[in-house]
Amino acid sequence: MNDHLGGCKARWGIGRMNYMIPPGLYAIGTPTATDPVLVTANYKMSYDIVRQALTGRNVWLLVLETFGINVWCAAGKGTFGTGELVRRVTSTALATVVSHRRLILPILGAPGVSAHEVSRRTGFSVSYAAIRAADLPEYLDNGTVTTPEMRQLTFTLYERLVLVPVELVMALKSIAVIGGVALLPVALLASPAAGVTAFLACLGACLTGIVIGPLLLPWLPGRSFAVKGAFVGLLWSGLFYAMAGGPGWHGAVTAALFLALPALSAFYTLNFTGCSTYTSRSGVKKEMHIALPAMGSALVASLILLLVGRYL
Amino acid sequence: MKGFRYLENVATLKLDQPTCIGCGRCLEVCPHQVFSFADRKASLRDLDACMECGACALNCPVKAITVDAGVGCASGMINEWLQDHNMAKVGGSGCCS
Repeated sequence: MNDHLGGCKARWGIGRMNYMIPPGLYAIGTPTATDPVLVTANYKMSYDIVRQALTGRNVWLLVLETFGINVWCAAGKGTFGTGELVRRVTSTALATVVSHRRLILPILGAPGVSAHEVSRRTGFSVSYAAIRAADLPEYLDNGTVTTPEMRQLTFTLYERLVLVPVELVMALKSIAVIGGVALLPVALLASPAAGVTAFLACLGACLTGIVIGPLLLPWLPGRSFAVKGAFVGLLWSGLFYAMAGGPGWHGAVTAALFLALPALSAFYTLNFTGCSTYTSRSGVKKEMHIALPAMGSALVASLILLLVGRYL
Repeated sequence: MKGFRYLENVATLKLDQPTCIGCGRCLEVCPHQVFSFADRKASLRDLDACMECGACALNCPVKAITVDAGVGCASGMINEWLQDHNMAKVGGSGCCS
């Protein structure tokens, strides 16, 4: 129950960077020298998920110091890596605790760990078991065989949904800046009511890009995250136009709205590439080279339209 | 990955097949089934599915695989770029900062 509450808080970014347990060798059940050794990160959520999956078994759990970061992200940074694994095997005197010489690692730890290097330096061989901890019981029961399903990465609606809260929290500051930039000048130049309208339009566009874009990800057109974001932003623009009395606006204002809002949504959905399980560095780089200037131009054009529209 | 495809013709992954000793590690560690195995050699089955995590290259005992590995994260890259140009970071305490 406490673990659940802690997990929920971490999902909302509360104390997320300090949600960790001390690294070292842990016993689940009452393992003996012949029982398997599984390796995980010291992010408390990772540790809890693994521990929960292994309830009722006798296994060793070697927890690496990843500074409270999950296995995959830590492997990408190299903290869930060869060096730390070798260090931890040595510092826990694992070779004197178990009689076998085999470490079982999560597949998503592989970007940080060089199996043959670990083997050379510690004498322990490395087996990559599965992507999800939930598959560990089946893996252990089937004589440590990885099925094709255990290697299959997914990105389900639920898996995307649980990532949204922390994205929202981390975007709060930038949303506040965007909202302020939309509110103040318009309120001063035009009217307070127009300022509030501009603020709500931008706020909605940001939220659309952060929440709706990721949730609808596989069903949105295009492969580029920026294009997907611009598409939901366009939908939001249309909705806002209809709700906020758009047909009564000046043409320049309407054009500005349809330029700026999709650009904002596109930016935030593009940012979701960091959370996704299938985007490559080269792909994101390519997208950014095209999308960032396009978003910038759209915002500038939108500002010019608003200013010009005011004096027409 | 089922239901998801990212941009085509961008992945920097390369496999030098003559060097490959057919240990099959790359097939074990790839989360996107990029490799296939035939005639005791690995080959590239689906290059466009590669997310450049670098697991295969790091775990190849004969260095037959190269890839410009890194995290495909927009804010991480913006922060990298800002740091390279000596400017402050935009995002707070994110995973990619």
